Order: sequence, then structure tokens, then C-alpha cells
Amino acid sequence: MISRRQLLIGSAVVPVLSYLDLTQAFADTPKDILVVAQQLDNITTLDPHANYESLAGEICTNLYQNLIVPDPEDSSKIEPVIAESWSVDDSGKVFTFKLADTTFSTGNPVTAEDVAYSLQRAIKINGGAAFIIGQFGFTPENVDQTIVAVDDKTVTLTTAEPTAISFLLYCLSASVGAIVEKAVVEAHVEGDDMGKGWLNKNSAGSGPFVLQAWKPSEAISLTVNEYGPYKGNITRILVRHVADPSSQLLMLQKGDVDIARNLTSEQLKQVEGVDGFNMIRQEIAALMLISLNQDNEYLSKPEVWQAVKWALDYEGMQKNIVPMTYAVHQSFEPSGIPGAVTENPFRQDIEKAKALMEKAGLADGFEITMDHYSNQPYPDIAQAVQASLGEIGIKVNLLAGENRQVLTKMRARQHQMAMSSWGTDYFDPNANAEVFCINEDNSDDAKDRPFIWRSHFQNADFAARAKAARDEKDSAKRLELYEALQKDYMQNSPFAFMFQKTDTAVCRTDVHGFRLQVFSSSNTYQETTKS
Amino acid sequence: MRGFLKGFSGTLGSVLVTLFGLTVVTFLIGRVMPVDPVIAAVGDNAPQSVVEQTRIAMGLDKPLPVQFADYLWQLLHGNLGMSILTKNPVTHDIAHYFPATFELATYALILSMLIGVPLGVWAAVRQGTVTDQVIRIVCFAGHSIPVFLLALISLIVFYKALGIAPGPGRQGIIYDGMVPVQTGLLTIDSLLAGDTGAFWDAVAHLTQPVCILAYFSMAYVARMTRAFMIDALKGEFVITARAKGLPLRSVIWAHAFPTVAVQLVTVLALTYAGLLEGAVVTETVFAWPGLGQYLTTALLNADMNPVVGATLLIGVIYVGLNLLADLLYRLLDPRVR
Repeated sequence: MISRRQLLIGSAVVPVLSYLDLTQAFADTPKDILVVAQQLDNITTLDPHANYESLAGEICTNLYQNLIVPDPEDSSKIEPVIAESWSVDDSGKVFTFKLADTTFSTGNPVTAEDVAYSLQRAIKINGGAAFIIGQFGFTPENVDQTIVAVDDKTVTLTTAEPTAISFLLYCLSASVGAIVEKAVVEAHVEGDDMGKGWLNKNSAGSGPFVLQAWKPSEAISLTVNEYGPYKGNITRILVRHVADPSSQLLMLQKGDVDIARNLTSEQLKQVEGVDGFNMIRQEIAALMLISLNQDNEYLSKPEVWQAVKWALDYEGMQKNIVPMTYAVHQSFEPSGIPGAVTENPFRQDIEKAKALMEKAGLADGFEITMDHYSNQPYPDIAQAVQASLGEIGIKVNLLAGENRQVLTKMRARQHQMAMSSWGTDYFDPNANAEVFCINEDNSDDAKDRPFIWRSHFQNADFAARAKAARDEKDSAKRLELYEALQKDYMQNSPFAFMFQKTDTAVCRTDVHGFRLQVFSSSNTYQETTKS
Repeated sequence: MRGFLKGFSGTLGSVLVTLFGLTVVTFLIGRVMPVDPVIAAVGDNAPQSVVEQTRIAMGLDKPLPVQFADYLWQLLHGNLGMSILTKNPVTHDIAHYFPATFELATYALILSMLIGVPLGVWAAVRQGTVTDQVIRIVCFAGHSIPVFLLALISLIVFYKALGIAPGPGRQGIIYDGMVPVQTGLLTIDSLLAGDTGAFWDAVAHLTQPVCILAYFSMAYVARMTRAFMIDALKGEFVITARAKGLPLRSVIWAHAFPTVAVQLVTVLALTYAGLLEGAVVTETVFAWPGLGQYLTTALLNADMNPVVGATLLIGVIYVGLNLLADLLYRLLDPRVR
């Protein structure tokens, strides 16, 4: 007869004991399956023509191919993928692409019809990223005439204006330029959804992998496309949504995952230099900056722009707060983008900053509010900014908010100072030059509202130079124009660029060939193998 | 019986009013939040034309009362709207995520009841002794140590250091997607599929989060049981029973405890409701794809239909369990009939 006391103790111990004979089940991941721990909660769709954010873009890069991609080793070079060669006519408006022999995951060849259909579809869906291709004059109304399959292996794109070929090619390398198999997508069209419902959760591409399953905020499973370019020994990739970075680290250390993608500085320190782990780091096209709203009487003074830039302790913040996740960067083009200026002319010089404040007639300083994201490291950086600006008499009141809350306020032009981030849209210097230099209409009900519109900033000289650089046909000269523009912009704009984000993936040492790209959406497992 | 039915219909009426109030408040909070849901749908970088077009497509350009009327109309037809993030109907998502939370919460409740109730009774019987003090400390610890800390310590000790427990997640990767979904409860589905490997894997993955949630709830259950029992043990019927010379065990379990059981039903119902609303922190640390994580992710992405839908579900659960407790109360305690 078991006494009640024994029963109580027994019931408390059973759950612990139940682990013992299960230990063998928790072995390392199988050799042919790559398991990745990553925060997946931002993905809204895996349709390459409808998605807009980098994480979905990254998954799509593994499922689809584009006509071309930038060379990961040398960003000024272009590598052929689906296109074998390309040319432009004398007018600078008609671009002809000859296709290579590539195959979809169904075994069917990629044809010019598929290419034209895919680019037309991106324009017609008009998602958050369609403008990347649409900016060349393609509209839902004209795209059937301007993007045409000439024969099985030839596609022509006719732009509205003469266009620099490098500009067009870089834009076509964005996730929204992915090529889908027309027949498969059309077979799954429901009503007027253009196959979006189906492509949200299935794939029809020629990339290295095929989408096996996507369970939102849970997991993504990819299998190898037997007709695709993947040549390694992995048969399946399982990306598991693990929101907590501490849990990601534990799973990596125990061998339950092969790669952890979202470790913070604290956790990275724990695996840095430790046997069994490789750290892969890459500066990515995301900047942290402070915007000074020009409808504020103090912040509209150019001396105050300069004073703020000279007061900030860039090096100190980087070393003490974000040593492994951000690098100091002061230009509007992130390092890694063609033509980016990597010199950082500003360093903390309080005396100089004070002199500038005096010159602005604000020797006694002023009080201002700064909105900032509430997730780390923004609050810590904001406090350091507050301390630095305090030294030159600017009393900063901090107002933390969830990211989208801060963005909503900025988009309504209601901030005074705001510390936020900006991710570049596509792999061309025009992407950032346009949003930071060209603001055609500064009124509250403007049709176009680029990033600088939010802070009421308008500068005709910068706008003209950004357009001239965009339209320059000579690729080398084009980059020179962008470099000069960035240098002037650093000195004469109400935006204090502080840091560029560094992405870090930590792999177990039996994982080889995984690399990160400047554009997170270009990260691919195509070269990844396990030993 | 007539009085019982009358009371019941009165309760039902107040339930409907409560749910309507909940819908109004949640909907309004969702719409007046200083976050533009369109950013969640098309991103911060989208051109203004796409932003406006999406705003119209989402019906956000209409006046608030019209939006609410539309929502209510759809709600009455069982439609909770679409999620921006998952692109699924919210009802579909809830059917997918809720079973994970339900499984976790149910096992946690059973465990907390099995341990908490006897512990509370024991503490009451030994009131003022060392046993009582120890139980009190254990309970205070359970209620005051943050759950994420317990969860992390548990992972570090049992998963990382000792290697006897599985890591975060609901399943090991070899079983991922292998069990056909029938009820959504992995322990049940794996048994239905006859896959004992998957069953034990699911049990192993459940153990840590269940124990942590159970510890948290057990602390409350034990404290409440102790308080009720101390009260009951002072009753004259207990003194009489003891004076008759009945053994202590019989006095406690056959005389005192049944009077406490009625009150405990309410405590357990509320505890269960608390567990079912989604233990957000536990779910986050253990990468548990449950309702709490679904709700949090939606909230952080300004995806309001899932937020309103999941909040309504939680409201229904609370109200439903309260109603159930009310019914049981009436059935178990003749004095309130």
C-alpha cells in the first residue's frame, strides 16, 4: 500500500525521472539537415513579388533566382544567373537579356515567357517593394508592352527614360525581381489574386531550395531543389522561430541547432573565440541615425546640425554599448553599397560643438524631445546621446516607443528629434540617395513622402545632384558623383548618421560555407554544407 | 430548478454584455493605438501611393463607427478577420496556436492541483510549525521569482548542464511535422497515430514548461487551500468530529476538505483561465508556438485583428470558466441554490 506521502513525493519526481530514458533522443542534428534558430516573427508572406522585408527576402533568395546578382566579393560587378548576357541600345532605354539554361524545381526550363510574366506580376501586384522596378516607368497599365518575351531565350525591358544599366541591373537583383514559373502560378490563381494566396506559402522557383512548409512564427522548412544549383550534402533546412536570443544560444551550445542568427552582444561574447563555434560577421545595409525635424526653430539652424554631430561620442558608444553589433558610420550610403563613403569625419569635440552653439545664438542651449525605439540597444544609445548633448547645453528628454510607434509619429512629422534606423531598399546608391536627398514637395499632403520629408528637409542642390548621379551612364563617374554628394551631405544635413549594423551568425564548426551579405535579403544557404 | 434557470439566464445575459464590452474596448484600443497598421502590411519604406492604397484595402479610411459596425457584423458571422502577418483568417490561426497553449495549461493545472492542494491542506493542518513555514517559503518563491528566470535556470540546469531535458520547442526536429494533426494536442495526436517515439518526445518537451507553470500556479493554489482549510478546521463540525474520536485523516479529508472543495473550484477555474490566456514569457523562452506568442507577435506588429480575436477568446475562456465555476458552486453547495 502506497502512503499518501509516498504518492506525493512520487508525483513530484516522475516528471524529472521521465527525462532519464529520453536522453538519447536529444542528440545533435542529423548530418543532412541544417537547423537554424532565428526570429521569424516579421514575415508576412513568402510571395517574392508581394513581400517587402529582408527576412522574407532572404527565404525567397533561397527559393528563387533573379536575372542577375551583384558579385558578393566585389559589389561593383554583376554576376549572371538566369540571364546569360545583357545589352542596351543606343537610346539607353531598351535593355535586352539573353537567358542561360536554368531549370525550375518542376524540371521545366526557365523561359523568357516566365521572366516577362514574373516582372509584370511584380508591377501588377504593386506591393511594398514594387517601386524598385516600377521606378523605371513600368506601370500595371504599360508593363505588358514594356517587358516583353521576344523569343524563348530573349526578354526586353523598355524604360521610360534613358537609364544607367548598372542602376537597372542592381534593381533587378532585388527580391522583387525573382523569377517564378508562370504555368505553376497561373494554375493556382484564385479570382484576381494573381496566385498570391498560393505563393504566400508555396514556391515555384529555380533557386537552390523548395519551400516545404511555412508555419508563421513557428518554422520554415526547405528541401533541396533537385534541378537547382545546390550541390552540397544538405537535404533539408529547418529554420525554427526562437524569439529569445538566450534560448538560441543554449540550443546552439547543445547542438540542437547548427546556426544561431539573433544573438545579442552579451551572448556573442560567450561564444567568441570558443572552440566549436565560428562567428560570421557582415556589415549590413542598415543605419542608425538621428533626424532633426526642420519645423523646430532650434533644430533648423545649420550650426545646430553641426554642433550635434560634433558633440556625439561615436567611438565611446560603439565600444561600450554595441561593440559587436554596430560599427561607426557617418555617411548615408552604408559600407558595402557601391560608392559608399567610409570615412568618418566627426568625432566628439565638445569645445567645437559649444562654439557652434554660440555661433547659432544658442550658447545657453535649449530643451528638446527625442523619440527613440524601445528595443536595445536604442535606449542605451539614447542615454549616451542625451549625456553628450547635455554637455553643450541641449537638454534632451527621451521618449521611448515601440518601433512602429516611433515610425508612425515620424511619418506624421510630429517628432522633434528622433533616433531610428533606415534599411536600404535595393543594391544601388540611388536607393538611399533618393530618400535622403530628393524631396520634391515639402507640404503636409505631398504625394511622395521620402524619409527626409518626415523631417521637413528640402535642399535643391542635393536633389539635383542625386538625380544627376542616378542618370549618369558612365558607371565609374556615377560612383564619383555619389561619393562627392555624400561628403557634402554629411556636413550640411540635419541627419546625424551614427552607426551601421553588423549582422552576426554563429555556426557550429561542422557547418561550412554559410555567409552573410550586405543585404540580408541576399543571404543564401546555397554554398552551405555540413561535415 | 426554476430559480436555478432564472439565475443561469441572468448570468448568461451579463456574460453577453461583458463580451460585447470587451469587444468594444479591445477594438477601440486597437484603432486608437499610436501605430499605423499599414506599416505592418507594406513596411516603412513603401511609397505613399502603396500606403494609401493599402489603407483603403484594409478599410482603415472609413470612420471608426463604420469600421466597428463592419467588424461586429463579421464577428456575428464567425469571422474574426484576416491576420496581416500570417495571411490566414484569425479563426484558422487560433485553431492552430490555441491547442499548444491548451495542452501546456491543462497539464500545468493538473500538476499544480495534484501538488498544490495536498500541500495547502498539509500546511493548514501543521499551521505555525516548521512544515508550514517551509511550504510558505516554497510558495512565496514560486509566486515571486519571475517566470523567465525560472525558465532560463531550468534550461541551463536540465538542458545545458545535465543534458537530461530537451531544449526549447514543442518537438524534436526528427518528429517535426511527422505527426498528423487531429486535435492539435501533440500528446494525443501522437498516441492516435500510434507513434510512441513522438509521444515521449512531446512529453519530454512539455515537462519543463509544464513544471514551471505548475510551480507558479501551485504556489497560488496551495496558499488559497491553506487559507480555506484553516478556516474550515476551526468549524464546530470539525471539533465535533475530533471529539467523537475520528482519526485525523478522516477529519481532514472526509469532513473539513469537502467544505473547502467548493471554494477551490473557483480558485482552480481562475488559475486555469490564467494559464490558458497564454503564458507569454514561458512560451517565449521555450519557443512554444502558443496563443501567448501569437498575441504578442501580432501586437508588436500592429496586426490588430489577431489581437482583438485572441483577446475575445481569452475573454470567452474567462467568462466560460467563471460560469462553470458558478454552476459547480450551485450544484456542490446547497446553501447558494
